[in-house]
Amino acid sequence: MKGLRTVLAGVTLGNPTMLASGMMGETGASLAKAAMSGAGAVVTKSVGLEPREGYKNPTLYEADGYYINAMGLPNPGIRLFKEEMREAVSSGVPVFGSVFASSIKDFVTVASNMEEIGASAIELNLSCPHAKGYGMEMGIDPEMVHDIVREVKGSLKVPVFAKLTPNTHSLIEVGQAVERAGGDGVVAINTVKAIAISVEFRRPVLSNIYGGLSGPAVKPIGLRSVYDLYDNIDIPIIGVGGIDDWRDAMEYIMAGAKAVQIGSAIGKKGMTVFSEITSGMLRYMEHNDVREISDLVGVAHERK
Amino acid sequence: MNGNEVVRVIDKVSEGRGITTLRFELDRTVRPGQFFMVWVPGVDEVPMSASYIGKLKGITVREVGEATKALSSVKVGEMIGIRGPYGRGFMQPAGRYLVVGGGTGIAAVLPAIEMSKDRSIVDVALGARTSSELIFEERARKASDHVMVSTDDGSKGHHGTVVSLVDEMLSKRSYSQLIACGPEKMLFYLLEVCKKHGVESQMSLERFMKCGSGLCGSCVIDGRRVCADGPVFLGREIDEMKEFGRSKRDEAGRSVPL
Repeated sequence: MKGLRTVLAGVTLGNPTMLASGMMGETGASLAKAAMSGAGAVVTKSVGLEPREGYKNPTLYEADGYYINAMGLPNPGIRLFKEEMREAVSSGVPVFGSVFASSIKDFVTVASNMEEIGASAIELNLSCPHAKGYGMEMGIDPEMVHDIVREVKGSLKVPVFAKLTPNTHSLIEVGQAVERAGGDGVVAINTVKAIAISVEFRRPVLSNIYGGLSGPAVKPIGLRSVYDLYDNIDIPIIGVGGIDDWRDAMEYIMAGAKAVQIGSAIGKKGMTVFSEITSGMLRYMEHNDVREISDLVGVAHERK
Repeated sequence: MNGNEVVRVIDKVSEGRGITTLRFELDRTVRPGQFFMVWVPGVDEVPMSASYIGKLKGITVREVGEATKALSSVKVGEMIGIRGPYGRGFMQPAGRYLVVGGGTGIAAVLPAIEMSKDRSIVDVALGARTSSELIFEERARKASDHVMVSTDDGSKGHHGTVVSLVDEMLSKRSYSQLIACGPEKMLFYLLEVCKKHGVESQMSLERFMKCGSGLCGSCVIDGRRVCADGPVFLGREIDEMKEFGRSKRDEAGRSVPL
């Protein structure tokens, strides 16, 4: 798997697949399981200052080709997360600690704690589309994003990545704000704000009304976002959105992503999706005489 | 495709004290041991094992909280939302097997009794706290030649837990496998009994669930998703779980004692 080695702002991954935030990342054991199943790195569920129970069910709408979820950022809070991180870190792959907060001060506190308990990097959740006062509500404002990234970056040693929302016309400006603030990379994209309505009951299905669209349906949006960002920023991009198989992952890499995160595909395929994708990538590289996966990052831009 | 659908309740049966079965048509294949996410608009959406898996599907609800109370009050002709079926169900064992149900766990194992084409190779042990909570005994007798019951208070059948009843049954007759669903404390001791007699088992576990569909991870036990990798696990898989019989996760993902 030597040819799949990927370096993200100094963090080395054995292969470019990562477990996306929010998927199975609430407990140390499930993060370790993803690592053992072949993920090159894992991202925790977004953790905040205090425990949160999240929204009442229904929190998921499932259809052919997509999901809409509004879990409501359930998490045990950063203090109790120490135990989970211990188990996750022992898996041996880099653990990205995803954090959310409603103020710059709290972002700094949670991110610093996350670093202390063993995160190899921080992923700032600036993009959750359904939690009032968090995520996307801050992440669509380039100035706010700039200030959060600058303050967090200034108080940590580990690299800081910002997870961006596609629910804005100023994605590129937000990406540039991350770079200007000294951020080490961006993760694109989080889910697309969406709703589902029950015709029989004549009401929205999700208890929170709004949720985030994910799964194969969002892949073209994620790809476009990565492609645009690659043309406009120089820091590493991690691509995420609707990756189901190695071909989807390769599309993201050719669009400009140095690594990819897998989320919804775990629902149907389970953790085997990681090894399935990496072996597919290796086969492609062998057939096409490509020695390093990094040689393929952004190649689609050469053929405009 | 097992996504969101809305069905009309076409039959409602009272099974015992505070226990109700709702029946509905749903054109999807369901295996014994699988579950649905059942939505009562404005109230909640909760995981419910399928108690009937034929053309007419069914769930059996025991009133314990707001969501189950609301489900119990759904009238014939009214609608409920259904997602699923989800999860890994019970597999038909080769040879003679023993099906064990405790409390409302009986509803989840009934289809596993009925999956046998030969009623002489499936034996049954049903346990409840008291006779009024003992459900589906007649239905079990239609599918098996050998049905034993137990009640904790001795109001019917064997006086004691279903675990002690099973311990006796395993001493008298050999089985290739045991299939079980019930409260986790019951399963914990049942697994000990299975190990004592050297019998492999399949047990259905229960954890707090949000998405139900293998995505969010709120129901994990030792890193395995109860909704998608389970709810049915083999006894030897369960035996390796440090959290089994000891702790579970609450809505925020905090580990709490069972």
